[in-house]
Amino acid sequence: MNFFHFLLQNHDQVVELTVEHLWLVGVSTLLAVLIGIPLGILSAHRPVWNKPVLGTANIIQTIPSLALFGFLLPVPWLGDRADRLAILALTLYALLPVIRNTYTGIRGVDPAVVEAGRGMGLTGRQLLFQVELPLALSVILSGVRVAVVVSVGLATIAAAIGAGGLGEFIFRGLAMVNNQLILAGAIPAAILALSADFGLGWLERRLRPR
Amino acid sequence: MPSPDAPVIEFREVSYALPSGQQLLSGLNLQVQRGETLVLLGRSGSGKTTTLKLINRLLTPSGGEVRVNGAPTTTSDVIRLRRSIGYVIQDVGLFPHFTVERNIGIVPRIEGWTAERVHRRCEELLQMVGLEAKLASRYPHQLSGGQRQRVGVARALAADPAILLMDEPFGALDALTRDELQRQFLALQQRLNKTVVFVTHDLREALRLGSRIALMEAGRLVTILPPNDFVRSNDPLVAAYMNCFSNGLDSSANRGAR
Repeated sequence: MNFFHFLLQNHDQVVELTVEHLWLVGVSTLLAVLIGIPLGILSAHRPVWNKPVLGTANIIQTIPSLALFGFLLPVPWLGDRADRLAILALTLYALLPVIRNTYTGIRGVDPAVVEAGRGMGLTGRQLLFQVELPLALSVILSGVRVAVVVSVGLATIAAAIGAGGLGEFIFRGLAMVNNQLILAGAIPAAILALSADFGLGWLERRLRPR
Repeated sequence: MPSPDAPVIEFREVSYALPSGQQLLSGLNLQVQRGETLVLLGRSGSGKTTTLKLINRLLTPSGGEVRVNGAPTTTSDVIRLRRSIGYVIQDVGLFPHFTVERNIGIVPRIEGWTAERVHRRCEELLQMVGLEAKLASRYPHQLSGGQRQRVGVARALAADPAILLMDEPFGALDALTRDELQRQFLALQQRLNKTVVFVTHDLREALRLGSRIALMEAGRLVTILPPNDFVRSNDPLVAAYMNCFSNGLDSSANRGAR
């Protein structure tokens, strides 16, 4: 039985696990964006927050993923459902690129533009939403892109704690010493990562200010 | 209400120090009258730009007070204050993601003008600063340096502020373009009669544009004189300035004679 044969025969399950995978990556990326962008703005505007915020995100990044999944397992509400736990862990990993790029993007806005805006009487909020964020958008987006690509890979490990996703195939394949099973998980995951990379990269170029 | 001949901008014993303690400005007393162009002249680091930024409260004085239309800047609403003052800087600072028209119209727009009125105002301003109407839909990166600075001036004038602050607005331009913009500034000023504070280190520009020239050195005001008295002043610092200016003229004349 060749590989494509296997995919065809099990396409229901491939689709199901892909959807689960997308769910884990999508929700965690969304959370990371919702938390990371405000934190990035905070550290760009208030230099005292810069070190603690980026430092914490950096430290989280250094925790081995399997260990983080393991650490979080006994936490009461989280441990009840594996996908919650996986989403939290993936969110934590996605935070660093989002925060760092938001910080870099906002700090990278031409100081003359910011000064002109302040001098004309834009409020902090107007300056942020009409000037800084639009001009930083492509840099922020490239952080999101990195976060998504990393998450797609990391999410395969979430299967180790029973959170589902394409990692199911991979772990099952490992246990059964079945390369086709491993590929059935790895190839769709790679395709997901590549298309996210391509799609977000395209959007990023479209939004780059001239 | 301040009387009509009260100074529009007034510095009273103003000092400014950085958080590190470095004193950038001390004991500054200065009055700017309605409709005049006061030029702040001085070398880099003399405190000209600091003085300018104290007027629209991009900086807050560490001592003394700055009054605009009779009210201390520290007690007035800073956003209102800034919107009532036009601000032009050397690097222009046009919003790169906005078209020329959106750049010019930003203050009117956030002040709640109708789109139609903003549009008409932009057309009027483009004409006023000598730019073609078709440039309205361009982006800043598609303009030349001189055009960009004209848009910067138009943007500062958009909501018709009575006060205009200009920080070396023509400093980065080539000599010909600078000359053209200076000439236009004079024509515009004659027509609009704004109260202008203009920062420059170029004596020629100061003499040409200023109704009075305030010479600054090391955070202090040396003297304030009208251009005619300035060129005749015996003050050693003024004389030093005049000297290096005429040296330039002499040497070029000599080279031309040879």
